[in-house]
Amino acid sequence: MSLAEEVALLKSIPLFAKIEPSKLKLLAFTSERLAFDPDQPLFRQGDPGDAAYIVIDGEVSISIDAPAAPEGRIELAKLGRGAIVGEIAILCDVPRTATVTARGKTVTLRISKDLFFRLITEFPQIAVEVMRELAHRLENTNLQLREARAGKPH
Amino acid sequence: MEPTLIRFILRHSLRQQISVVILTLVSFPFLYYSLDLPKTIINQAIGGKNLPKEVFGVPVDQVGYLMFLSGVFLLLVFVNGGFKYAINVYKGRLGERMLRRFRYELYARILRFPLGHFRRVSQGELIPMVTAEVEPLGGFIGDAIAQPIFQGGTLLTIVVFMFIQDPILGAAAISLYPIQGYIIPKLQRKVNRLGKERVKAVRKLAEQIGESVSGVQEIRANDNARWQLARFTSQLGIIYDIRFEIFKRKFFVKFLNNFINQLTPFFFYAIGGYLVIKGDLSFGALVAVLAAYKDLASPWKELLDYYQQKEDNRIKYEQIVEQFAPEGMVDESLTAPDAEAVPRLEGPLQTSGLTLIEDDGKAVLESVSLTLPLEGLKLAVVGPEGQGKDQLAMLLARLVMPSSGQIQIGGRDLLSLPISVTGRRLAYVGPNAYIFSSSLRDNLLFGVMHRPVVDIDYGGDDAAKAGRRRREAEFAGNSIDDPRSDWIDRDEVGTADDTGLRDRLCRLLERVDLETDVYHLGLRGTVDPARRPDIAECLLDARRSLRERLAASDLAHLVEPFDRGSYNSNATLAENLVFGTPIGNAFDLERLAEHPYVIQVLDRMGLTDTLIDTGRKVAETMVELFADLPPDNPFFDQFSFISADDLPEFQALLGRVGRETPSAMKPEDRIRLLSLPFKLINARHRLGLIDETLQHRIVEARGIFAASLPDDLKRGIEFFDPERYNAAASLQDNVLFGKLAYGQAQAATRVGQVVTEVLDKMGLRTVVLEVGLDFPVGIGGSRLTQAQRQKLAVARGLLRRPDLLILNQSISALDGAAQGKLLTQVLEEADGRAVIWVLSRTQWARHFQRVIVVKGGRVVEQGTYDELDRPGSALTELLKQD
Repeated sequence: MSLAEEVALLKSIPLFAKIEPSKLKLLAFTSERLAFDPDQPLFRQGDPGDAAYIVIDGEVSISIDAPAAPEGRIELAKLGRGAIVGEIAILCDVPRTATVTARGKTVTLRISKDLFFRLITEFPQIAVEVMRELAHRLENTNLQLREARAGKPH
Repeated sequence: MEPTLIRFILRHSLRQQISVVILTLVSFPFLYYSLDLPKTIINQAIGGKNLPKEVFGVPVDQVGYLMFLSGVFLLLVFVNGGFKYAINVYKGRLGERMLRRFRYELYARILRFPLGHFRRVSQGELIPMVTAEVEPLGGFIGDAIAQPIFQGGTLLTIVVFMFIQDPILGAAAISLYPIQGYIIPKLQRKVNRLGKERVKAVRKLAEQIGESVSGVQEIRANDNARWQLARFTSQLGIIYDIRFEIFKRKFFVKFLNNFINQLTPFFFYAIGGYLVIKGDLSFGALVAVLAAYKDLASPWKELLDYYQQKEDNRIKYEQIVEQFAPEGMVDESLTAPDAEAVPRLEGPLQTSGLTLIEDDGKAVLESVSLTLPLEGLKLAVVGPEGQGKDQLAMLLARLVMPSSGQIQIGGRDLLSLPISVTGRRLAYVGPNAYIFSSSLRDNLLFGVMHRPVVDIDYGGDDAAKAGRRRREAEFAGNSIDDPRSDWIDRDEVGTADDTGLRDRLCRLLERVDLETDVYHLGLRGTVDPARRPDIAECLLDARRSLRERLAASDLAHLVEPFDRGSYNSNATLAENLVFGTPIGNAFDLERLAEHPYVIQVLDRMGLTDTLIDTGRKVAETMVELFADLPPDNPFFDQFSFISADDLPEFQALLGRVGRETPSAMKPEDRIRLLSLPFKLINARHRLGLIDETLQHRIVEARGIFAASLPDDLKRGIEFFDPERYNAAASLQDNVLFGKLAYGQAQAATRVGQVVTEVLDKMGLRTVVLEVGLDFPVGIGGSRLTQAQRQKLAVARGLLRRPDLLILNQSISALDGAAQGKLLTQVLEEADGRAVIWVLSRTQWARHFQRVIVVKGGRVVEQGTYDELDRPGSALTELLKQD
């Protein structure tokens, strides 16, 4: 994939939809495109966080360690093209809170911590999109929590 | 060492000095005759007085006689020149030999200095003494005896001549010598004293330079340069003052001398004239005496110069010798040439009343008395920092001599054992063990290189040369051992051959947790296939095997192999074109666009303009992407082809060339643009500028580049060839033979694992380790980490299989867990040998069968760990502080 195609692809992702193409080009050029093989982890829970990933192609699975669960972990979500993962660890400076694994052949854009902070300070639109994404997830979590409570007999 | 220079000279060169004197005396008649001959030529041959009829039976006329005498004169010129040459060469050689001997003795003494002395003298002081300060001695020594005899003899002859002419005049001529002889040395003494001060001041200067070099980081980090400069200036000022004072006094001595010399003719005129008038002396005799007196000036001056030089050198010598005879030097008897068989140290280790008092009179260890069975001893020494545990270890290793008390092993006095025993049967590893600037291997083997085991066998001419070198060394009292001989004592390692030695080294690396490190160094190292064709062949097999392994696995896409027929999109364009590893400076991949041969190839392919166009596009993209960024943005370093400083220039360049065709551009613009695409890596930069057509043409150009490479450039490059080992590339690159793919997660780690697996499976791990052992560690081991240096030193101590291994906080740089692991491994490896380990962390003491606690210079507790691990004990106290 060439840089120009990558820019077009980034443009189609909501997070970057409102950013001018020249900036997207810089983003595409300075961030590393990383391909993962099926079942290869992007990062593991507890690792130090040094980058966020944007899924360009494929699907990733997000899970947390749970020794009691049948496979030792619980899958929380599957995310596809355009999703951003790994931003929590670099936003809050905490170790990775979950494990993210490629489900099939997956291509991501690796955005280093420095670059990520530059992006959200320079482009308020991105910051808003990141907030929206985080809010969505919080909403999701709340929903799951409600369901879990409701399912349990008192 | 001889306390005075003259004794040193007489002791080591008396015979040569006599030869110089004899040679000088033999040359004398010829010199005299050559001075006398012109008179004969002028008076007889040219003046025609008393012409002989024949010479040696051959009748001659006046012209023939003149030619004959001129011929003799020419011959004498040759003979005199020859004598001068021979004498100078002889003296020069004599001086050099003596200088060599002196330097050797000084260096040998440094090796015997008591360790504490190195706290007081710095490298900066010692180095100039052995190198620069002794240098003039060599020149002087050749003249030391011959010069005064020669000049003195001349002087005496003339004086005797004068006395024969007239005793009174003779007495007048030398009447002022006693005064000179009294005053001059007096004045000279003052100059000498200043000379001493000067030497000391210069040493201080050297010391300061040495310190600044070592501490330059601190100086910069603390902005201290100005103070350093001020200090240096004040030191230079001191030297200036001293030197100026010396000059004043030296020239005053000279002035006085000249004055006195001029005074003597006064006596001649006054007394001699009076005698002539009175008729007691003939006029002719007065003239002769006056003429003789003129000749007297030269040897007298030479003698005085000699005296000054002698004094200079005498002081220098004495001052140096004084510096090289510190109190408490290791006794020469202990360093005496070793016996072949070194006895094992057995029996109990006993110390009684062991006391060590430092320079300041403080006792760091006081009457330590211990009895320890050596057999199977595993002793931990613990205690607070700086209260004697360090010193105890060094005393037991006999690196420091006690102020009083005894150390015995099996009833033998350890303090009087030669170093050839203590340095082999004992091993000591301190916390800052020095690592020499050489390879890892040499540093390990350092511990078993005590004497040449097998002398090197030079063949043919080299043998004769080596013999000469050896004789010359012997002559100067130097060492006659050849450093190129085999010095490795394999018996001490406990192995008979090189394979055993290698295995032992590998095993020790593993035991001290250095194996993986060395393995990775090996992967990055190079192998010379000419020297080790076997290794190269194995690695080629590994290359094939890796290719198969990767193809069979799902990792094939992580490596893009080199293929002469296709473009490698994970390599730069430069690498794709050259398709090989540059050797030396013939090709600089960074500056390929300036290389005339590269341009020639590109021109031939009609590629130059295409690439310049590509370069323009790269520049445009870079300007577009980076123009808005502040120049200090890290992206410039990381991503841009153009540094922040150059960006405006390229902006201007782009404006200048506009839409011009490359051929219309200025040559320097062409080169600037051409340099850009060479750095492009297709897979990484994804600019889409090197399309398939261009790739094909680059591959074609690659063929031409290799095919028409001129002979003189052929040595500058090693091409990628799947069937050949690339001597210029690292071992890892040779096995990989390709480029890691960009954009594949953890490609390096995953491929690295497979490479390791392949190499291990083929039994090449030792080969890689061997290459890793060749890694040059840098000055003081600076290319290793502190932890690696400590591990290396421990391995060095273990290699020798000592009877007693003393470890003094030798793994303190490791982190806690690593320390514990290494400690048990080392104890296992040293099983069956006695180990005394001074611990930096008390908790490890539980791994030892005995523990002693040293506190306040005394052994306050001893016993097993369990015995001492009770409430209120010193050990418990220490454990709490751990």
